[in-house]
Amino acid sequence: MADKIKVLVILCLLILFLSYSFYLYKLNYSSVHSATTLADKGKILWQTKNCGACHQIYGLGGYLGPDLTNIYSSKGDEHIKAFLHAGTDIMPTFNLSDSEVTEIVAYLKSIDATGVAAPSKLKIKQDGSIER
Amino acid sequence: MAALKDNKPKENLSSNNTIGTQYIFVALILLLCTLLFGILGALQYVIPGLFRNNFSFEKVRPLHVSSAVFWILLSACGIVNYYLASIKGKLWSNKLYKWQWYLLIIAIILILSSYILGIFGGREYWEFHPVLAVPIIIAWILFIINVFKSINGFRNQPVYIWMWMTGVVFFLFTFLESYLWLIPAFRANVVKDMTIQWKSYGSMVGGWNMLIYGSSIYLLDKISGTEKYSYSRIAFVIYFLGLFNLMFNWGHHIYTLPIPKYIQYISYAVSMTELFLLGRIIYYWKTSINTAKKHYHILSYRFLIAADVWIFLTLLLAIAMSIPAINIYTHGTHITVAHTMGATIGINSFLLLSFVFDMFNTHNQKIIHKITIGLYITLAALFVFWISLIIAGVIKANWQMHNYTSIPFSVMMHTLHPYFISFLIAGIVASIGIFIIVFTLFSYNIKQKS
Repeated sequence: MADKIKVLVILCLLILFLSYSFYLYKLNYSSVHSATTLADKGKILWQTKNCGACHQIYGLGGYLGPDLTNIYSSKGDEHIKAFLHAGTDIMPTFNLSDSEVTEIVAYLKSIDATGVAAPSKLKIKQDGSIER
Repeated sequence: MAALKDNKPKENLSSNNTIGTQYIFVALILLLCTLLFGILGALQYVIPGLFRNNFSFEKVRPLHVSSAVFWILLSACGIVNYYLASIKGKLWSNKLYKWQWYLLIIAIILILSSYILGIFGGREYWEFHPVLAVPIIIAWILFIINVFKSINGFRNQPVYIWMWMTGVVFFLFTFLESYLWLIPAFRANVVKDMTIQWKSYGSMVGGWNMLIYGSSIYLLDKISGTEKYSYSRIAFVIYFLGLFNLMFNWGHHIYTLPIPKYIQYISYAVSMTELFLLGRIIYYWKTSINTAKKHYHILSYRFLIAADVWIFLTLLLAIAMSIPAINIYTHGTHITVAHTMGATIGINSFLLLSFVFDMFNTHNQKIIHKITIGLYITLAALFVFWISLIIAGVIKANWQMHNYTSIPFSVMMHTLHPYFISFLIAGIVASIGIFIIVFTLFSYNIKQKS
């Protein structure tokens, strides 16, 4: 295979890849909500405490604990606060302050507003794709 | 033709070429750390609440994952440096090579220490504080400069050189992309943030695979004594197909997110091109390497064959998971973990170990026998480990598709307990197998030196 063809193929692929990447960076994702400042603080706290090691959001994360995408709408904020304050037999108590607990709850609320995570709610189509 | 001659493996250099050896030794120690933290993590699945107060899962998991990632990255860097030095006679700059080493080692020590102290700030795969990404980025830029300058030109290069060049560049691009969350506008939208995160991770794995698969093609050339394949049209077609998949085949991570539908269709369509790779693996199942050459590189050859089996199994699982209708069953279950373990241990680690045994080639029958026993123990245990995870995944898939509202999460986890026990036992046995391999290699080298 000639060197010119190799470079040409790579250039074409690169242009496609960069176009797709920057398109996705700029995409509005209009159907989903943007997080508030409080929720943003909650997200940073989520990462600082590495909650994702055990919990999932939309099925992504660790598998030791449950998926928390829709925990806000299914259990409510008081339930979440109780868990965050007391921990469980498996989850440590992270000694979070009241304001930190509020931030985490705001983050979980903002995730909940983006959609339903349960795979059983998705519809399988004839062509093997899925839709909401 | 001059370039072709330049790239011909200079086998006699192996004994004198020490480039990359320190990378390999530290990488092997990280492999042992991966196994240790993996066992500690698996123990917490079997005995819930174990080490809850001092060494809970949010510390153990990143220690396990980062050790594994750094085992792969460090050994891939070491082996590419080593092979480049073998091909070209030397690296373009030893100074850059040394600085790359110091920066990576400093970063790894700080990252693993910060996890033990409970200091995080990143997210999955790169859980460390973002500041610690800086030495990795600088080290990687130095690596790119050294690789490109050592190669010195694009003309008439074999496919593995193209793969190394592509791999180093794409790793840096995707690593930087994975930090776009630091910009508030990116992280404000959860779905956008997760889309970019998993886009970058999907391509990043493709980036380091380019380094590893490129090295395996170089090694196959070396064992077979011919460079015919590396310059062939089919080699470049497969390389372009791999690059195409690296760029666009990441959507299966996020099929279940509320994303535009074309992202799903693009990934679904691109992933089906992997069927071509699968077909080729089956077709070329038995290579044409003659017996004498196999015996000269017997350990490398055995690890390459072991990786080949796992490429077949993992690709089969990956293709199934790329079909959205199947993905909604496997997503968020231990089937995903089985796929990751198959890819990182079965493919990456066995390939990397085949390079290690090319670097430290021995014809001592006692050593070969010990390492082969270690390999067979690891292979058998890894298969049990993989099957245990798949069964656990199938049970969880059934729960999340049919029973998640009626059966609590903790009850579902309890039903998985027998499979967690079998994956813990298999994990321990696989670790013993790998320990035999690494310990034999270390003790042999210490004896050789003394």
